[in-house]
Amino acid sequence: MFRIVKYVLYDILQNRMVIGYTLFLLAVSFGLFNLSGEATKGMVSLLNIILIVTPLVSIIFSTIHFYNATEFIELLAAQPIRRSVLIWSEFLGLAGALTLAVSIGIGIPVILFAPNATGITLMLVAVALSVSFVAIALLASVLTRDKARGIGVALLLWFYFALLYDALVLFLMFSFADYPLEKAMLAFIALNPIDLGRVLVLLQMDISALMGYTGALFREFLGTGWGIAFAALVLSAWALIPILLAVRVFRKKDL
Amino acid sequence: MLQSSSLSKSFGKLKALDQVSVTMQAGQAVSLIGPNGSGKTTFIKCLLGLVIPDAGVLTLHNKAILGTWNYRRHIGYMPQIGRYPDHMRVGQVFDMIREIRGAGQHDFDDDLIKAYEVDKFAHKAMRTLSGGTRQKVSACLAFLFDPEVLILDEPTAGLDPLASEILKEKVLAEKGKGKLILVTSHILSDLEELTTDVLYIMDGKVQFYQPIAQLKSRTGEEKLNRALASIMRQEAH
Repeated sequence: MFRIVKYVLYDILQNRMVIGYTLFLLAVSFGLFNLSGEATKGMVSLLNIILIVTPLVSIIFSTIHFYNATEFIELLAAQPIRRSVLIWSEFLGLAGALTLAVSIGIGIPVILFAPNATGITLMLVAVALSVSFVAIALLASVLTRDKARGIGVALLLWFYFALLYDALVLFLMFSFADYPLEKAMLAFIALNPIDLGRVLVLLQMDISALMGYTGALFREFLGTGWGIAFAALVLSAWALIPILLAVRVFRKKDL
Repeated sequence: MLQSSSLSKSFGKLKALDQVSVTMQAGQAVSLIGPNGSGKTTFIKCLLGLVIPDAGVLTLHNKAILGTWNYRRHIGYMPQIGRYPDHMRVGQVFDMIREIRGAGQHDFDDDLIKAYEVDKFAHKAMRTLSGGTRQKVSACLAFLFDPEVLILDEPTAGLDPLASEILKEKVLAEKGKGKLILVTSHILSDLEELTTDVLYIMDGKVQFYQPIAQLKSRTGEEKLNRALASIMRQEAH
């Protein structure tokens, strides 16, 4: 399998979009850390940008790459290799390339300006989100044949996770304001990797007190070792479940 | 050697293949002919495991191949449109495919690589190549591993006359070595030169499967295109 990953990765790393993305992240991170003067302020601004940008770039880039590689995937599928090996290689190649971009683009500024638990959490969240959204993109791509529709689905999924979901949760909170929703909120954030990432990073900062009673509950739960393990498990599930489903679909797909 | 029995595949309401049963032997070169959308490519894709048929059995050397993958080491495939990762260089594509399927193989068939002088453009990125040059790469890859079965989908489309002649000579040489060759093309004169049998598919059904010589004597025509035309006229009546 790694023989194929090597070539997929090599192809992606030469792509201008990945290089541009790395430079963009570098510029934004350096800019925000320098402008805010204080590392924590810079971190909050950076967090907000990362939570929007990394899922968007991962899902769109992976979808476009997958559709552009259709004929190439067909050529490899006609070689004596398993279908599952092929789709796993695409996943590992894409996830590896985007992880590298994030590690350089966010990792270097974080090491320079904020080498602490918050910075490392931010970095890991960015990597986890990139990998999850590659998996989600591949699942959407194997399910839709048409490139335009596939990219549309990818954009809709991003829109749902990045914007719509929060609106829905807020709506629920206001509708059921008379009920204790704190525990339910924990379940709600687990159902969206972006929200989970945001809470994880915010909890590392001292500003979680601003989040009120729910914030205190999050702190109590996610601040512990078990909570961290739970969060890590949920974030891995957000990568593993979509990719396993994608492998299942791809094995029976007509190319 | 290669056998398909009652192979069927539908895409929605469209029956792309309808109970296709044929047997092909080593040393045969079969033209796969039919109108656009008649099911030729679907048939080829079923052989390669790219399309999964709804029903039927495919065997190679009397072993069922549907759902397995290792049999593909015996097949060389030249697709109609060869597209490769944009940024990969020609040499890297060869290295990759060699690495993937050439494990344990030492003697590669590099006749075409030499004839097309691939070394001269091995350093170029795939995206900078013209369509014809990409077809040359596809052709080289199909023959590289000296497979027992060769499947060529519109092999000469896009190739310049010289390259096309080189490819045809190579196909004839391989046929002489007792390989099974399957060719689709709309250029009947090419098929007449290269192949021994005609498999005519229409609307997913096998209309006829006969040696070319027999076809000609049956219709009393000397050219394949005339013989086919005469049969199609008969069918129409």
